[in-house]
Amino acid sequence: MNVLEVHRLTKCFREFNSEWKRVASWFGFSVKPLAVSTVINDVTFQVKAGEAVGVVGQNGAGKSSLLKLITGTLQPNSGSVTVNGRIAAILELGMGFNPELTGRQNVYHAASIMGFGAADVDEVIADLEAFAEVGHYFDEPVRTYSSGMQVRVAFAVATAWRPEILIVDEALSVGDSYFQHKSFNRIREFQSQGTTLLIVSHDRASIQALCDRALLLEKGSVIKDGPPEEVMDFYNALIAEKENSTVEVKALDGGKVQTSSGTGEARIEEIALYNSKSELADYIAVGEDVELRIKVKVHKPITSLVLGYCIKDRLGQVMYGTNTWHSQQIIENPEVGSEHQFVIAFPANLGVGSYSVVTALHARESHIDANYEWRDLALVFNVVNINKMQFQGCNWMEPKITV
Amino acid sequence: MNGLLKGVYQYRHFIASSIRNELVNQFARSRLGGLWLVIHPLVMVAIYAFVLSAVLSAKFDGIDNDYAYAIYLTSGILAWTLFNDTLSRCLNLFVGNGDLLKKMRVPKVTLPLIAAGTVLANNLLLFATIILIFAFLGHPPTLVVLWMPLITGVLVLFALGLGLVIGVLNVFFRDLSQLVPIVLQFLFWFTPIVYPIVIIPDNMRHLLMFNPMYPLVSAYHDVLAYQRSPDLFSLGVIGLAGGLLLILGLWLVRKANAEMVDLL
Repeated sequence: MNVLEVHRLTKCFREFNSEWKRVASWFGFSVKPLAVSTVINDVTFQVKAGEAVGVVGQNGAGKSSLLKLITGTLQPNSGSVTVNGRIAAILELGMGFNPELTGRQNVYHAASIMGFGAADVDEVIADLEAFAEVGHYFDEPVRTYSSGMQVRVAFAVATAWRPEILIVDEALSVGDSYFQHKSFNRIREFQSQGTTLLIVSHDRASIQALCDRALLLEKGSVIKDGPPEEVMDFYNALIAEKENSTVEVKALDGGKVQTSSGTGEARIEEIALYNSKSELADYIAVGEDVELRIKVKVHKPITSLVLGYCIKDRLGQVMYGTNTWHSQQIIENPEVGSEHQFVIAFPANLGVGSYSVVTALHARESHIDANYEWRDLALVFNVVNINKMQFQGCNWMEPKITV
Repeated sequence: MNGLLKGVYQYRHFIASSIRNELVNQFARSRLGGLWLVIHPLVMVAIYAFVLSAVLSAKFDGIDNDYAYAIYLTSGILAWTLFNDTLSRCLNLFVGNGDLLKKMRVPKVTLPLIAAGTVLANNLLLFATIILIFAFLGHPPTLVVLWMPLITGVLVLFALGLGLVIGVLNVFFRDLSQLVPIVLQFLFWFTPIVYPIVIIPDNMRHLLMFNPMYPLVSAYHDVLAYQRSPDLFSLGVIGLAGGLLLILGLWLVRKANAEMVDLL
């Protein structure tokens, strides 16, 4: 069942040279606005119950406007938003808190904005107080709170009742790390009980850890809708995209999608992984000493060449990554046509599973300034446990256990 | 219309809680708290009474009391305070709650109700104080005081209707927030509150017909100062006008709904 249906949603802001014309337009006169800026343009998507959807996009792509249209604070010009159930938003934590009132009184008021009466709050107030963990401050005026305490109380109210749709906007990064974990757990718990999550974040890791789907917004339209890893790769490429650069998407065996982008001054010719016996390998053992060999060819004059790589797990979480800028092995003024061989030797101290390698060729510290080539899923390999004891997790940390 | 009432019903807790918070806020952190609400209008009365009573006291034939002018003045000020407070609040109804409207989904119709509730509660406090003072001055209330709920209702209806229209327009024409207080000043002096109607020259008096506050303030005078029944016809006219303004206001809210938050 769909809990959220967004159908051909469009929102524009109209600008008039006189506000009288705007008023006249309400009375049915046809007046031409000076300018119309469309912030959401014909967006359609559905979200099923229990799904976790990440909404990503550059600043000004329309993420906040979309969320406001979904929560109902903004009204669309055309199209519709159908919500089956209650929406709770962790957007503006502590919004509407009255500094003169105590935490407890503010909880009752904040709950009333969500449509809950005093009797409803009475039922949950004890749990809520325990969750917020602000101690005796709960009965002190909110003006005496630290911002962290305010966030705790606000989060506790916002999630006091399980909503059908929970909107989270970067709020996970608020508060101390202890409370972050706690709030994260609550969100997970809701999700397992069937709450749909809409998460807006720039943080690739949290999108990939929490979501099973992502929407990429660009200039008010959804330009990509799919698995988070694929969408985030595309987003990354989009950020790096510059003039004359291309974004190329290639389907690999096994349903994965490789995204590469860049201006093309230098390209990777070959990339391969060798095991400890110097054989090409798809499968390597936990802790095995392996070599990643990458051959790069320079096609156009450039002033410097840096190779970066990172290893990601199945969910796209970065296990390790660095580049030759950090290792101070920058190749200055490489000749056009020259080929460069990079050998990266490392012990594969990874947990059992499938991993991918991302490569990047750029001029300096990061691929933001100049991006010659960025390639996601440049190589995929698997780690198997051959000669180590049984363990869990994404890395091999050899323990010495004494009993 | 149905959706309107549904929104109000759904957000009834919010309305009640907001009114309570506003009232509590008035008492927070000041020694006299809500008493200031009573002190302000009463000091206004005291000043006018002190400055003008010698000039004007001879003109009150209908009130058999040494403090006739003070009683007349206070009755009018009670009406004016209610009108002025309601309108001033409505003026900033949407602009002042911009943050709330931008971030939370709150039906806009709840806001005028919260404003009206708060203003009425404050006015009730002032009314009770005034009745006590009148009794103390040898002018205890009679049964005609039972007209008060009706008159107050008509006044609030009119002020709310007008205020809602102005409040919506103020989002788009911010000049209104400067203009309205000036107009209110004029209206105050153009209404017989501080002075009795008899001092207006006969040939000018018909102009008062165009002042909607005149019948309302007169009704307050009738009931509280002269202790007689108010003129129901003129009250009915104002009530009707108030109702129409309220409908216009709600209609404007609906029309402006899509764009209001864009400009807050």
